[in-house]
Amino acid sequence: MKIKPELMHRLADAARTGKLSRRSFMRNATAAGVTAATATGLWTTHASAEPKRGGTFRWGIHDGNTSDTHDPGTYVTRQQIYLAHQYRSYLTMINSDNTLGPDLATEWSATPDAAEWTFKINDKASFHSGKALTAEDVVASINHHRGDKTTSAAKALLTDVTDVVADDAHTVTIKLGRGNADLPWLMTDYHLAICPANADGSIDWQSGDGSGPYKIESGEFGVRWELSRFDGWHGEGAYFDAVVMLVLNDPNARQTALVTGDVDCVSLVELKTLALLQRSPNIEVDNVPSGAAITMPMFCDTPPFDDVNVRMALKLAIDRQEIIDKIAFGAATMGNDFHLAPVQPFFPADIPQREYDPDQAKSLLKKAGAEGVSVKIHTADSVFSGAVDMCVLYAEQARAAGINIEVVREPSDGYYSDVWLKKAFTAVSWGARPTPDVMFTLAYKSDAAWNESHWQNERFNELLLVAKAELDEAKRAEMYHEMCMLMRDDGGTIIPFFNNFVYAHDKKVQHNADLAASWECDGARAPSRWWFA
Amino acid sequence: MGDVVTIILKRLGLGVVTLFVISVLIFSAVEMLPGDVAEAVLGQGATAETVEAMRLQLGLDQPAPIRYFHWLGGAIQGDFGQSLISSERVSEKIGPRLLNTLFLASYAAVIAVPIAIVLGVIVALLRNTIFDRVANVLTLTSISSPEFFLGYILILYLAVKAPIFPAIASLSPDMTFPDLLYRTFLPALTMVLVVTAHMMRMTRAAIINLLASPYIEMARLKGAPAWKVIVRHALPNAWAPIINVVALNLAYLITGVVLVEVVFVYPGIGQLLVDAVSKRDFPVVQAVCLIFAATFILLNLAADVGAILTNPRLRHPK
Repeated sequence: MKIKPELMHRLADAARTGKLSRRSFMRNATAAGVTAATATGLWTTHASAEPKRGGTFRWGIHDGNTSDTHDPGTYVTRQQIYLAHQYRSYLTMINSDNTLGPDLATEWSATPDAAEWTFKINDKASFHSGKALTAEDVVASINHHRGDKTTSAAKALLTDVTDVVADDAHTVTIKLGRGNADLPWLMTDYHLAICPANADGSIDWQSGDGSGPYKIESGEFGVRWELSRFDGWHGEGAYFDAVVMLVLNDPNARQTALVTGDVDCVSLVELKTLALLQRSPNIEVDNVPSGAAITMPMFCDTPPFDDVNVRMALKLAIDRQEIIDKIAFGAATMGNDFHLAPVQPFFPADIPQREYDPDQAKSLLKKAGAEGVSVKIHTADSVFSGAVDMCVLYAEQARAAGINIEVVREPSDGYYSDVWLKKAFTAVSWGARPTPDVMFTLAYKSDAAWNESHWQNERFNELLLVAKAELDEAKRAEMYHEMCMLMRDDGGTIIPFFNNFVYAHDKKVQHNADLAASWECDGARAPSRWWFA
Repeated sequence: MGDVVTIILKRLGLGVVTLFVISVLIFSAVEMLPGDVAEAVLGQGATAETVEAMRLQLGLDQPAPIRYFHWLGGAIQGDFGQSLISSERVSEKIGPRLLNTLFLASYAAVIAVPIAIVLGVIVALLRNTIFDRVANVLTLTSISSPEFFLGYILILYLAVKAPIFPAIASLSPDMTFPDLLYRTFLPALTMVLVVTAHMMRMTRAAIINLLASPYIEMARLKGAPAWKVIVRHALPNAWAPIINVVALNLAYLITGVVLVEVVFVYPGIGQLLVDAVSKRDFPVVQAVCLIFAATFILLNLAADVGAILTNPRLRHPK
């Protein structure tokens, strides 16, 4: 039997990029007439190519501003976050397969009530300046986000932390006011980068010294960064000799730069032209499901949303599939009105998907005495590309249920300070959070500063506190399941979809089959995990 | 010549007053932007407490007039204060960017101005011929298209389809001068296309106007060759309007490059302004706007002076 090498290469390509598992690769290969032994050989030579060292990785990134800084407390743009993941380190990191792994901390353990966590720091870790990284640096870095005077946006994450202690040079204990089983996950938050400590207990964030895989050679915020491999890095990987990060805010400039070979990878591609880009023979597109959500919160204490039947009717009046097809161009996972995506830990897979059902919505409105209800939804172009179109489409879909939605287009500037949390019904874009607890505490707990739907549910709050301190994963999963059901059926937030991270790279850049869902480009760690063929 | 000095001084005084009025306008406009810097810096991660802490730290709790005079006082001494976000000196931040923009503007001007004037004279001489029409249609098309569209067209044909020039004008510190010219050719060419038509048509109109005057007819009657009629008789009298339109376009080359800088990812002052506005970094926004205003005022002044020097009649206003 004659084997087509071309077919085998295509299969291997598909396997390598995660479109095909090892098992399906073997099945397909043997079906094509290859012996099992040969197939295994092909798998190792093509599908799981060994990383190679060398080359300069030129990375075109979106969302960078001239006025960005190195202060981890005010990190907000992708430029800051991506750069931090190259030249700084965190205690823990999210692996390519979305599990939790070590970064600076080699191991961690908790007291049974999860109120005290001890992290062992890798004794090989050092800063680019040559100074060894010790527990003091970790203490100072975490304290940077605590206290009355901090301007850190991560303050809310650490409200439960009562004390951070250096037990010895390589051991840090974080004490909490109440148990939190997710603390090691929290340590992956992009703000909590470990910086060198000053003598007075503050941190030196200004100098650009770090302990990450690459050190900064030169750079300017909003323009470009040149980094070189740090040979003293405590981790594995960092295959490229150097990394150049170019801020390319304009989607067209990014795409052109990739097509003309001015960069090797871009962090975000325009979905509208995705089909065209995929036709280019030298380019490979990564379309990775993420935990980043689009939400449409309604104030549960403001008529007509104060009636759970009206909220349910609005949830039933949205055709999610059509929105994903037309607005997200298919690059999304369907939402089910609870803020937890399939790629995240504790996702309750057995909850049935909510379908578009205008008839049931109509009867619910009748029950609530709110037939032909009129509502206004506020949105802006800056929420995400297609946000206004999504709301207009939703308004059309809801018409079938006799719901009259008026779409109010707000200015993009200042949307999150003037519209979000101020108007009763809005469209919002959320970044992914590492665990359900973080997300629920931020936006669904009764007294959360960003309780965007003004939702008050006692049972939910109760479960949230219990689940937080529960170290038994099975018990926690059960609790999160119940909380998701509460959000789905009683909550005030419509979640149409979780948007995929869609980025692209030149075919000469290689990566493993798994890609982390925490940020674009393999959890923003492409430079330390990827390599040139 | 004493008259000229008086006129220039008067203009300069007027320029300073204009600049002052503009500074008030800039400050109030920036004040009116929705949201504030603390919220913009902290982004979606802002809570009431952290916003308050940041506002105090930045001195945003003081009333607007006090902040205005504080700022103006500094600006007069050349001190634009500190960036609210990165706490760098604004002047240090703007300096290199302004140089980049001036480089791009000069690059474009060096190409555009001679082409526009020579072309303007030629089409005036050949008016209503095919050449005149083609030149007019082409330049009008380029001036009527938005800069970003022209930029994309150039990228499509000169970077993607025929990979001659780089699509992004990204600069690195170790570049040589020829390298720099090569890298920034497409943005410069875009700017050339945008400003040439205006200058060319103004030159054409001025020359055609003059060609109808009696002294040109006289020159022709006495048998002067066509080029001499233009260069010796018409052009000297056409300088005033031409200088005016050139100055206006030079100012535009410096202040109007925002879109071109965005399309080609060129690290100039326009990109800096866009960034600063979105982050509510008032000192940077104010300083850049003031620089833009001063550019216009100075170039207009230079145009006036140039016009006066080339036309003795203007030195003796009635």
